[in-house]
Amino acid sequence: MFQKILTSALFAGFCAGLIAAALQLAFVQPVLLHAELYEGGELAHFATPPASADPELPGFDPVRDGLSILFSALIYVGYGMILVACMAFAAMRGAQIDARRGIVWGIAGFVAVHFAPAVSLPPEVPGVAAADIGARQIWWWGTVAASATALALIGFGKGWPAWGAAILLLLAPHVIGAPHPDAFAGPVPPEIAALFAARALGTGLAAWAVLGLLAGYFWQRESASA
Amino acid sequence: MSTLAQSTVATTVLPFVAAMLIGLGIVTLAGHVQAAALHDAAHDVRHATGFPCH
Repeated sequence: MFQKILTSALFAGFCAGLIAAALQLAFVQPVLLHAELYEGGELAHFATPPASADPELPGFDPVRDGLSILFSALIYVGYGMILVACMAFAAMRGAQIDARRGIVWGIAGFVAVHFAPAVSLPPEVPGVAAADIGARQIWWWGTVAASATALALIGFGKGWPAWGAAILLLLAPHVIGAPHPDAFAGPVPPEIAALFAARALGTGLAAWAVLGLLAGYFWQRESASA
Repeated sequence: MSTLAQSTVATTVLPFVAAMLIGLGIVTLAGHVQAAALHDAAHDVRHATGFPCH
């Protein structure tokens, strides 16, 4: 069983991680590099004359971007292990797992890990003001755990007690509230920060959909050949 | 039938827990640990993946 989980998670996670890395390098990295020009002081918001919205950005950096590709693959392998473990547990209890259903699993994973935390703690462009890192990480993990449990209750729960608990778990982190800074001191223009958050979520959704699809596909294949 | 199902759950729950813990370990290491070398190497991905970074 463990072997089956490991094989499916490694294949699916590595492929999804590479796709995530490609999308991030194409769509997120230019926005990040643009923000870093403001973070480092090379460009200034409200300068006279106004800074160009289309400055020259550094190109592909083999070391920096190579590490990004590596860590993207690593993170999605980690996500894959968690996702396939949940799929395997559901399969043991009678759920059907295949590539098509895998997409739904993947989108649920995206909601739990990217979208739900982003509702109160949007993906941060470099240079934004933020609260203490430890507090934000605790809130992030708590939100992911609550949201994932809620989605499992919606997907597999029967009746209103389960669904009601799911609604409370989805709302609770945002009612409690994420740690926010005491003052806003970010030098990055809001146009860049908004685009960054939207692009980060978009690439996350695409990568998780692929992760779910591949996890379902490899799981079904491994199950058929076992 | 339910007894059989329960004992199956008890004896086979270990692989799920092990896989889950390895996955959580990888995500923690790559996404959250603040050690300087790890942080710098994973910096762009952490931002792009929506983890709290700095």
